[in-house]
Formats: sequence, C-alpha cells, structure tokens
Amino acid sequence: MNVKAGSTLIFGSLRPCYTHARLSLTSSCRGHGRSASQAPKQAERAERTGFSPAATSKHDWIGPPDRLSNLRPIIYHIPENETPQERRLRRLRQETEDWNHEFWTNQNFTFSKEKEEYVRSQLSAKGLSERDEDGRKRTLSIEEMAVFYKHFLDKNIGRHASYNREWYRRNFTITLLMAKVALDNTWRTLTGQTRGTGREQGKTT
Amino acid sequence: MYKTSCSRLTGVWKCLPCDGLVGVSVQQKLIANAARSLTSARSLIQLCRKNQAEWITFQHLCFLKRQYVKSSSGLCQRARPKQEHVVSVLDVRDDSVVSQVQQIPALKPEPGTVVPPSDPTEPEAARAACLEARQWKELKVEYSDLPGIYARLSKLKLTALVVTTAAAGFAMAPVPFDPVTFLMASVGTCLSSCTANSINQYFEVPFDSNMNRTKNRPLVRGQISPLHAVSFALACGIPGVTLLTLGANPLTGFLGALNIFLYTCCYTPLKRLSITNTWVGAVVGAIPPVMGWTAATGSLDPGALLLGGFLFSWQFPHFNALSWNLREDYSRGGYRMMSVTHPDLCKRVALRHSVGLIGLSALGPVLDVTTWTFPLVSLPINLYISYLAFRFYHCGDRQNARKLFFCSLWHLPMLLLLALTCKKSRMPQDEASVAL
Repeated sequence: MNVKAGSTLIFGSLRPCYTHARLSLTSSCRGHGRSASQAPKQAERAERTGFSPAATSKHDWIGPPDRLSNLRPIIYHIPENETPQERRLRRLRQETEDWNHEFWTNQNFTFSKEKEEYVRSQLSAKGLSERDEDGRKRTLSIEEMAVFYKHFLDKNIGRHASYNREWYRRNFTITLLMAKVALDNTWRTLTGQTRGTGREQGKTT
Repeated sequence: MYKTSCSRLTGVWKCLPCDGLVGVSVQQKLIANAARSLTSARSLIQLCRKNQAEWITFQHLCFLKRQYVKSSSGLCQRARPKQEHVVSVLDVRDDSVVSQVQQIPALKPEPGTVVPPSDPTEPEAARAACLEARQWKELKVEYSDLPGIYARLSKLKLTALVVTTAAAGFAMAPVPFDPVTFLMASVGTCLSSCTANSINQYFEVPFDSNMNRTKNRPLVRGQISPLHAVSFALACGIPGVTLLTLGANPLTGFLGALNIFLYTCCYTPLKRLSITNTWVGAVVGAIPPVMGWTAATGSLDPGALLLGGFLFSWQFPHFNALSWNLREDYSRGGYRMMSVTHPDLCKRVALRHSVGLIGLSALGPVLDVTTWTFPLVSLPINLYISYLAFRFYHCGDRQNARKLFFCSLWHLPMLLLLALTCKKSRMPQDEASVAL
C-alpha cells in the first residue's frame, strides 16, 4: 500500500528502533478507513500506535503511556477547514511530542542499560554471579546503587540542561499559539464569520 | 481511582504479549515472590496461563491492582504509614520486583533477540491492538470532572497545608483578630498557592510522566490542555494577589506574588539544574506564615521572620527524608537533589535544621512572640525529631528516612498549635491606656 510504504520510509529514517517495536502492533485494517485527504503522517501515527479514532470524532485522542518513554501519544484531530495557524500548531505539537518521546526513550533506555552494567560490574567485582541459588537476580544495596545514581546525574547534566531549555521554549510557544488559535476562533464565532476554504490546493500536512 | 490504577497497570502489563521473553521473566519473578502466599501464587499462575483475551478482565485488573500495583506504589513513591498485609508479600525491601518490571520495558528496543511466544504473533498483535484501542481516550473536557481535575492540578492538600501555616501566622500576630482580613488573607493565599502549583505542573509534564509518584496528574493524563491549565492558573492568581493586596495590604500582596514567582520560575527550573533548589523551596514554604503575619500587622516584624524560620528549618528534615527513598526516580528523571548527588550533605542538613528548631523555639519568648513555656512544651517534640534526624544521619536507610518523614508530618502542626497556645497575650496596660 502506498500509505504504508510511505510511512515506513519516513518512519524508518526518523526512528528505527521504535518502528520495529511498534510495527508488530499494526493490525491490517487500521488506517485504511481514512480519507485520501488525510495526511500520510496521520495514518503513519495511526499505524504506529495501532489505533485510529472514529471518523466522526471531533476531538484529539490520547493514548496510554508509551512503554519506552512513558509519555502518552496524542492523535490530533484535523478539522474540516483547518486554518494555517491551526496547522502550524498541530505540527508543532506533533513534532514536540516526537522529540520528547525520542529524548525520554533514549534516557530511560540508557539509564536501564547503564544500571544493568553497573550492577553486573559490581557483582563481578565481588565475585558473585548474577543470579543467586534460587535463580533470582541479585541486587545491590541502596547505598551501592546511590553511587550509580549520582554518577548518572553528573554525567548527563549538560544534556538535561539543554533539554530543559528546549522543552520550556517549545512549551511556551505551543501555549501561545494555542491561545492565539483559541482567540481567533472566539473572535470568529463572535463576529459570525465562517471559516475559509481551509487548506490551500494540493498542500498536505 | 480504579480507572487510573487499572490503566496504569494495563500500561505495564500490556507489553507482555508483545514480547514473550519479557513476559516469562516477569512472570517468573512474580511467581517467585508470590510463592510466599499460596493463594496469590495460585491465582497468578492461573492468570499467566490464561489466554490473553480472557486475561485482562476488570476483575483480574482489580486483583492485580490489589496484589501488585498497590504494593508497587507503596514501594516506590509515597510511603504509607499503615502497611496492609497484602503489601508485606511483595516486601518493601524487595525493590527488585518493581525495578525489574520497570526496567524491562525500557530494555526492549532489540526485537531480534526476542524469543517468539508460543502463540502465533498475529492474533496476539490484534489482541494487543484491541487492548490499546480500549484505553485511548477522547480529549474532551467533561464538565463534571473539572472540580476533581482542578483539585489535583492545584494540589489541594498541599494548598490546604499552606493556608493553615498562613492562618497560623495571622493568628500569632500580636494584634486584635480581624475575621474579615483573616478570610481575605486565607482565600488570597489559597488562590496564590493554586496558581503556583498549576504552573509547576504545566512546566513539568514530561518529567511527571516518568516518575511514579506524579504520573497520574491531570496534564500528564491529558484531562485538560496546557492552555486550560495556564488559564486556570491566571484565573486563580490574578484574583488571589488582588485579594491579598486590597483585602490585607500591599506588602502581603507583594509577598504572595513573590512566592508564586519563586516557586514557578526559580524552584521549578532549579530542580533540574542544582541542589540549591531545596533551599529556594524552603524559602517558598517559609513565606506563607510571614504573609499571614503581615496581613494582620502590615509590617515585617521579627516575629514574622521567626515563624518563617520555623517553616524554613522544618522543610529540610521533611524534604530530605522524603527524597531519600526516591533516589532512583530522581536520577532517571534528571532531578538534581541532595539525596542523589550529595547524600552526606543531605543527612547533615536534615540533622542540622532539626536541631535548629530547638534553638528557634527558644527565640519565641526572646522576640515576644510566645511565653517562656513554649520552648519547654515544644522541647519533647523537637527532641524527638532531632533524635530521628540523628538516626537518619547515622544510618541513612529507608526505614529511618521514612520515620523522619512521617514525624515531620505531625511535628509541624503540633509545633504551630503549641505556639498558638503559648502565644504572648497583649499587655493589659496597653488596653487600659487606650481606653483612657
């Protein structure tokens, strides 16, 4: 299918690991019900998350926390006559969500991996095997783990600081844009204007 | 409550069918732990053997919630004073279960190494997709839910505590009690606190999602949009500060605005940059009683600063003990807290300030805030918290940290109550001279 191939291509370049994990969840009939005017990205998200909202739904949908990043994905509703401002907002939100997801997936994965390595190295330094007699995994005491936690924080301080700055900037921008869109809509409702024809010819998201 | 626990639970458990290896090791772990209790082991084994589609029913979710999720929330986040019998099965000290489960989903991006499950992949994928579809929610604001959402957004319980400290500050001021000003100051403080908490949650959405303690907050769950949260904050903050300024005095209004600024623009970003956030947070906690006092008297007296000092010092045993048991979450979330980066300093500071409370209590009669009985009657509780802080300092383990934290929860209200009962009454000569 065109949409599927296109989405896999785009997706494959963006986020290889994530696509693999998620493709297994794709059920064959999802995403095909959408109209041709829907952006391929929307279908791609629907595929990625294995869910697509009912065509009559007028709202965004939020899903359960992602198991890698713990963030909840949102499928944004595209209104019939979406204004350019609304489209900019939706794109920005989607992009921020993807960026956030990537950061936290990486963070959680790195944390777990380094923690495992640390536990393994500490246990081997003590001459203990990874599992004890009952087959349970050995764990270190909280004080020994505290050394790792401190090390992890110190190692990543630069990355965290730059993520913070970027997140605050994006959050503000999104909120301001949301406020503008809300005010625009209110103004339009109050003055009785109708929306324009919406999208320009041939432009897709 | 059920909904959140179940969705959270299913969020954890839904990864199992996609990945047989994960499921097997988690199941093994759970079975190993639950073997201490026959009934739970039997039920767990039954559950694990059942077909996925039959597995996740509401009853099973509730069972699992009782058996596991509750205990896991007792393990990692807020420590509960009463531990139910069920919780003792998955012991508090046995972090391995929860950390194992939490780790495993994060370790999964290499599908090539996965052992395929015995069931064919396709029906499983379809089943998993069905499960996910069941949990997607429409982002539509339910007006009936709004009060609950706002309560959680503004951290209502914390706000109530803040208002209590402000009210105590007002009551301790050596002026005739004015109920109207008292009401204005209390409502104004409440609204300001709601604002600060809402903005804090607005800033921290991705971090809150990743910490167990905070992942059910309204913005994380998408119950309201960020714009809605900011609007709510403004709708509380502007009337709140105005009420403080006009209903009390401009100084109180200024302190309220300053507190909001300190909390949202200093403490919140600093949490991820430097350990000085704890000191800033202590100042934020100290300002409400000062505000109460200035609302009554209109000036920043030494008595106000003393009450602020009580709150400032109290914050350290309270927060340091709390953060001691959350070190893993803080580290993973990128929060720079003393308990993670400078554990010795953390324990030292908690002890130092617990002992400092004794000294501050002694200042009460010196500054004419309380009578001389106050340092005496408050000595037992101050000694007790200092003793617990010493135990925490000496052997910094989970138990001592938890004990210190719980002690701090009742210590502060007791201290304020004792101060109120020992409040220095205004001299009768003043009244006589005024009457004349």
